Amino acid sequence: MTRLIPVRETILGGAILVLLLLISSRFSGFVTPTNLANVFNDTAPLIILALGQMVVILTRCIDLSVAANLALTGMAVAMINVAMPGLPIPVIIAIAILLGAIMGAINGVLVWKLAIPPIVVTLGTMTIFRGIIFLISDGKWVNSHEMSPAFTDYPRMVLLGLPVLSWAAIITIILFGIMMARTQFGRSIFAVGGNPHAAIYTGIDVGKTQFWAFVVSGALAGLTGYLWVSRFAVAYVDIAGGFELEVVAACVIGGISIAGGVGSVGGAVLGAIFLGVVKNALPVVNISPFWQLAISGSAILIAVAFNARAGRNKGRIILKEAEATQ
Amino acid sequence: MTDATQTRHVPDRLNSRAARIFKSWEALLLAVAIAIFVINSFASPYFLSAWNLSDATFNFTEKAMIAFAMALLIISGEIDLSVASIIALASTAMGLALQYGAGTPELVIIGLTVGVLCGAFNGFFVTGLGLPSIVVTIGTMSLFRGISFIILGDDAFRGYPASFSWFGQGYIYWVFTVEMLLFVIIAIIYGVLLHKTNFGRAVYAIGNNPTGALFSGIRVARVKFILFLLTGLMSGIAAVCLTSRLGSTRPSIATGMELEVVTMVVLGGVNILGGSGTIPGVVIAAFVMGLVTFGLGLLNVPGIVMSIFIGLLLIGVIALPRLWSMAAAGRKS
Repeated sequence: MTRLIPVRETILGGAILVLLLLISSRFSGFVTPTNLANVFNDTAPLIILALGQMVVILTRCIDLSVAANLALTGMAVAMINVAMPGLPIPVIIAIAILLGAIMGAINGVLVWKLAIPPIVVTLGTMTIFRGIIFLISDGKWVNSHEMSPAFTDYPRMVLLGLPVLSWAAIITIILFGIMMARTQFGRSIFAVGGNPHAAIYTGIDVGKTQFWAFVVSGALAGLTGYLWVSRFAVAYVDIAGGFELEVVAACVIGGISIAGGVGSVGGAVLGAIFLGVVKNALPVVNISPFWQLAISGSAILIAVAFNARAGRNKGRIILKEAEATQ
Repeated sequence: MTDATQTRHVPDRLNSRAARIFKSWEALLLAVAIAIFVINSFASPYFLSAWNLSDATFNFTEKAMIAFAMALLIISGEIDLSVASIIALASTAMGLALQYGAGTPELVIIGLTVGVLCGAFNGFFVTGLGLPSIVVTIGTMSLFRGISFIILGDDAFRGYPASFSWFGQGYIYWVFTVEMLLFVIIAIIYGVLLHKTNFGRAVYAIGNNPTGALFSGIRVARVKFILFLLTGLMSGIAAVCLTSRLGSTRPSIATGMELEVVTMVVLGGVNILGGSGTIPGVVIAAFVMGLVTFGLGLLNVPGIVMSIFIGLLLIGVIALPRLWSMAAAGRKS
């Protein structure tokens, strides 16, 4: 029974429903299908990035450079679009994913080959990527009138009732669902995070798996870079500043253990949707958007405390007693 | 993973004391600092001026104050990414108190108290609930700065009393600033604390083997909690200095400073995984970073380009010794 209905995801899903009920009791307009579709569309970038981050966190790493990666690819493809307005959008998207993946690979190589702690690597690359945006753009903005109409219209294009941006998130969710459950790579990610030593004895290369996790996260950040810049039709140095914290928050809220090995696609998606609902509901219930940062901070703390209680390891009783008697 | 398979070479005798000092990370860093100083004085005619150099110290004094406490925290195996947000919250609290007519002594007390309380908050989550410090402080990084945003929005607090500006703008004697004095005092206190006291030995022991430390009778949780308090207190002191120097408070104050503090600590030779590092190393690292950013500033390099340099420094400082040892291992086999 517990296998069929994962507890953590159910609680989180319930929390989102309660939140929606509370909002709808005052503003029924918020829960209309059109508005919920808008909320989902607005949350799509967060969902895509949270899935990439999930893979990285599952392998006991963390990627704090996703927002800077997003901003750098976004700026790069915007400048490519300005220089070559005729370049078809699929090519642009391919370039974005490739650029993102390269930046992810840089993180990955440093973690894999030099065994530098991921937090240090990605803190460093975070500032380096942001600095490079300034270097390539000279600090200037790329505005909507400079981009080609095809470039900016693509994520807004409606297919089967939903914009392309939403479809990008849905397709990513489906691909990740299959990847995590059905492929060798997906299972080895769990193995590496759950018990790296055992993973080595099963023939899994821990460092290499972590490297590919960073590449996946980087590629998704690259994709989101294009979607972000084209959706808001502007590119500048500071876009998505601090967004990496929101992405980590979505994962932690979604029950992905920062110690690695525990988490699910559903959890990451629900975590992102939870933050998305809160973000979109704040202006509706007349709370200043300045509350957003504090709310996601508190949500991280509550979620991580809650998850630690739920998943506390009972194996090391001796140590606990020693701690209790001091 | 490779540690277990590597053969350990036991030397016949230990290096002499002089050789150890000469080959140490700190000596290398000092050489780098001197080299940067010399290069800078050739690169810009404005570098070698007592007043300019005095101004340059503001580049690192506030960060270094936090870096000393952070060094102890990282040696013990934890980290605090919320320090810049603690500065924002402490500064906002001081600004708020100012609106209710607080004078300079009250402002300082409030700034330090908020810092300590934030540190206690982090410490409670890490030691009380046993949660990983990276996640906790990523959370409080949003929370503390978030509270500043709730209080201030896009507004700012201004109009600090003239006597309050002494901390960030005052001079003790000639070109020596109040912040420099604080920097020296704090460096000495932390040097003694880490290298000459039982507490300092406990910090190293915890960083090398927390379980072993626990069974040796060290109160691991208490030591870590104190370290979080100290980091909070130092952030409070830095908040007083920074607010006094800028003369205003915005919720975006000190954004990204946690990165520079961690870089300074790692550059100072502290192992990011815990267990080793020295205060003199951090002191020299503070000078290196201050000289680099000041020198680049004189050459009209914009701040964001300097941040590329700091990012490269952070990664390079850890990567180079590892590349070096990999190359050395490659030669032997």
